[in-house]
Amino acid sequence: MSLDKNDVEKIAHLARLAIAEEDIPGYAASLSSILELVEQMNAVDTENVSAMAHPQDAYQRLREDVVTEENQREHFQKNAPEVEKGLYLVPQVIE
Amino acid sequence: MHSKTIAELAAGLKKGDFSSEELTKSFLQRVKEFDPDINSFITVSEDHALAQARVADESIAKGNASALTGIPFAQKDIFCTNGIKTTCGSKMLDNFIAPYDATVIHNFNQAGSVMLGKTNMDEFAMGSSNETSFYGGVKNPWDSSTVPGGSSGGSAACVAARLVPASTGTDTGGSIRQPAALCGITGLKPTYGRVSRYGMIAFASSLDQAGTFTQTAEDAAMMLNVMAGFDEKDSTSIEKEVPDYTANLNQDLKGLKIGLPKEYFGEGLNADVAKVVEDAIAEYKKMGAEVVDISLPNSHLSVPAYYVIAPAECSSNLSRFDGVRYGYRCEDPKDLEDLYKRSRGEGFGDEVKRRIMIGAYALSAGYYDAYYLKAQKIRRLISDDFKQAFEKVDVIMGPTSPEVAFKAGEKSDDPVSMYLSDIYTIATNLAGLPGMSVPCGFANNLPVGLQIIGDHFDESRLLNVAHQYQQTTDWHKQMPEAYK
Amino acid sequence: MEWETVIGLEIHTQLATKSKIFSGAATAYGAEPNTQACAVDLGLPGVLPVLNKEAITMGVKFGLALDAEIGMTSAFDRKNYFYPDLPKGYQTTQMDYPIVGKGSLTIELEDGSTKVVGVTRAHLEEDAGKSLHEDFQGMTGIDLNRAGTPLLEIVSEPDMSSAKEAVAYMRKMHSLVRYIGISDGNMQEGSFRCDANVSVRPKGQKEFGTRAELKNINSFRFVERAINIEVERQIDLLEAGGSVVQETRLYDADKDETRSMRSKEEANDYRYFPCPDLLPVKISQEFVDELKANLPELPDVKKARFVETFALKAEDASTLTSSREMAEYFEVVAEKCGDGKLAANWVIGELSGYLNKEDTDIASSPVTAEMLALLITRIKDNTISGKIAKQVFEAMWKGEGDADAIIDSKGLKQITDTGAIEAIVDEIIAANPEQVEQFKAGKEKVLGFFVGQCMKASKGKANPGQLNQMIRDKLK
Repeated sequence: MSLDKNDVEKIAHLARLAIAEEDIPGYAASLSSILELVEQMNAVDTENVSAMAHPQDAYQRLREDVVTEENQREHFQKNAPEVEKGLYLVPQVIE
Repeated sequence: MHSKTIAELAAGLKKGDFSSEELTKSFLQRVKEFDPDINSFITVSEDHALAQARVADESIAKGNASALTGIPFAQKDIFCTNGIKTTCGSKMLDNFIAPYDATVIHNFNQAGSVMLGKTNMDEFAMGSSNETSFYGGVKNPWDSSTVPGGSSGGSAACVAARLVPASTGTDTGGSIRQPAALCGITGLKPTYGRVSRYGMIAFASSLDQAGTFTQTAEDAAMMLNVMAGFDEKDSTSIEKEVPDYTANLNQDLKGLKIGLPKEYFGEGLNADVAKVVEDAIAEYKKMGAEVVDISLPNSHLSVPAYYVIAPAECSSNLSRFDGVRYGYRCEDPKDLEDLYKRSRGEGFGDEVKRRIMIGAYALSAGYYDAYYLKAQKIRRLISDDFKQAFEKVDVIMGPTSPEVAFKAGEKSDDPVSMYLSDIYTIATNLAGLPGMSVPCGFANNLPVGLQIIGDHFDESRLLNVAHQYQQTTDWHKQMPEAYK
Repeated sequence: MEWETVIGLEIHTQLATKSKIFSGAATAYGAEPNTQACAVDLGLPGVLPVLNKEAITMGVKFGLALDAEIGMTSAFDRKNYFYPDLPKGYQTTQMDYPIVGKGSLTIELEDGSTKVVGVTRAHLEEDAGKSLHEDFQGMTGIDLNRAGTPLLEIVSEPDMSSAKEAVAYMRKMHSLVRYIGISDGNMQEGSFRCDANVSVRPKGQKEFGTRAELKNINSFRFVERAINIEVERQIDLLEAGGSVVQETRLYDADKDETRSMRSKEEANDYRYFPCPDLLPVKISQEFVDELKANLPELPDVKKARFVETFALKAEDASTLTSSREMAEYFEVVAEKCGDGKLAANWVIGELSGYLNKEDTDIASSPVTAEMLALLITRIKDNTISGKIAKQVFEAMWKGEGDADAIIDSKGLKQITDTGAIEAIVDEIIAANPEQVEQFKAGKEKVLGFFVGQCMKASKGKANPGQLNQMIRDKLK
């Protein structure tokens, strides 16, 4: 599968990545070569193979319903780019 | 003192030959002297280290010391360290002071060990040469024109140059074993689920595993004793008893069945590297091991499957870096979409963006079955290959990397050739198996690593097999001339 | 042309766990912003989710209550999209293997008939945070306290054909989740909200029309209103030769209209895939059996029992079982006073009237079930009349004590002394000769007049039965 400029723009939007216009051809080329590598998988018939999502055959452990966390807002918000009245601020969200 | 192993240093601390503070100062001195060249550290936490050392000395004086008390370590900058900058090698987190400790860090702290600093790495652990780091590449102490491997390049280089006795790393597709091989030290990637991933910044959650860089297998065993174990904060860590990994080190290897997969010795393997690895295997035969030819028929599909699964998971894992709650935020975003796109576009480097895009593409509507689902099925085939192999053999051996350390810049413009440098290591991550790389000689004056792969949770055997080799050879004791 | 409406509902109900679905942070409503958002909820680098057992338990209880398929092995997936109230950039939800599979719910319609609405599935997921748009000079504030609160999303089949049916379904579901104690159902706080998929098609046509999704409706009244308006809009559009666009629309209660929400946004591509941080969840048959054995009596069963045990009308039994609290209240009253019918009348009539008027719920009624039972007992043993009882009820509501204390202090005890009643009756008969004549002439209705006059003279304390008999005897 070879990706063109339009494909790269679509994927970059989906992943919310700003890509400079002049870098698009480079990405298109490298992404296409990676897809070419990946498509070697197509040579194998996997019709009756079950998908493997986890490396272990284990099941989820469940946690008791207990409140264990205390308020650490000030501590966590030291890393925040912009806060006011305890809220994280972002440019206006329009609905 | 700097060439001593953890085991030797621990004995010295216990006997009172030197204090942890002296030890810490002497390694800090080496970091100051040599690291400007190597660039293996992103952050040196001197004050923190000295404070920990003094606490360790008190514990030792009171007789409360455990095996790693007072030993200095470097931690890969992928582990969150409370109050200390944690960057993951990215501009995105250049201003991020982690507000909590990763479980691995917590475990080292509990053991009373000393953290000298945080090591350089490929950005978000995506790379095989350490060249994608926002903080610049790391030089291989054996030849400064070559790369140390990646992604845990800083962790490997600082141990190779003996700036620190040992360090931690993470391995998603070979990120411990490959740099260990290229830097001539011992690297251990445990079974997936053996060491908690909590607080370890995720690249690909179903593949990532923390491990060690040491001079010897014995040191790796001592570190794993502290790192391994179930963690209730990590649903994928396994509730399984942790053995004393030093207990079986001295067992002899008579009758050990070593599988040699023909796929690991074929086309693409550098002839000089092949020779060195074959010599190492001959050494095992001398120790009484039996060599069995095996096949892992789907090996050639491991890189393709990996480059769907890892990017898919990373595309989702890295969505949280959006400039809202922490990390890099672009200047003057004009609206929300601009905030997202520029913060991420400017905060992430090229390789990270490339992988996020591949992952987003592989998961997107219309492509999921052809890429992601297909890769998961291939993953099953690869895992089954190993299952069958381990019915016949105890361990699998082969080269860690198809070649020795390559020149900086040599592959950085060609992602696919870079990806292929992990051709022998990736399959074990897909299968969740433990693996090691052990120094076994030199090709073109650069170190070569022998890879040893074990069955799930068979770290004790791996460490035993590596340790026995290190009793009869001294490749692991070699160090680069410039840092002696 | 005659049109037919097709409605399917997606109900989001917050589960009443103490802690979040994947972290140990509290879920309490109304805390200061971001004080209940821990490292996991904030999606800090390196954090991992651990699943809350109670969320699984509640999901299974719901499945059992609907007699639906239970997902013995369920799994979590990631739904990827960027939004500031979604800290990780993905929502952890269940896609292919939900905790609850196919089931159904029987609803009652206004004409007394019933209809079975199919439930496609119900799955667990995490709630998002909240965006606050006021006060920040053109910026939006993000509060992540709600992020990670467990939700059960209940998806219906497109089986409803009117707004009224949709409301009946939603009410029944609301009652059910509260019955089995998995949600407080508080709609003001957003604990129970719904999205409605609405389409229309010419009557008789098999294929569905293009649907619009009405988002985040949080009251029964608005659901009905929003659907009706949307149906009208679609029909108008189609009749004018236009076509319906598949889109998300928002109901604006102030303007009483629906409007398109994401006109600019391209179709979302959520890139679902299995969450690698969470393993499949396997539950045992024993676990399910134990929950089943401990499930409370469900509304339909309770209703049938009320009809049977207390000889109630089906309609009354329905009203009484519409909430678990009301049913339990009623049952205490009925058992203590020994008269189901009277108990039902009082609970549905007087008590509900006061509750509505004061906009409060039965759990905080100042008249407890025990107090009401005593009051009814006093009617039955002729201490007071039904009419006086209403006066006593009002006093109890105002907190003046229990029935006996109020009857005593206000001197409301019924006069059963024959002599005293006889004196009143004699007096009234003597004062109204004209009416006496009328009665004697066969005008039976006049009896009511005498009873009323005597009652008035006794200040309502005469026993109405006794009074009736005595007047009749005297007038003969």
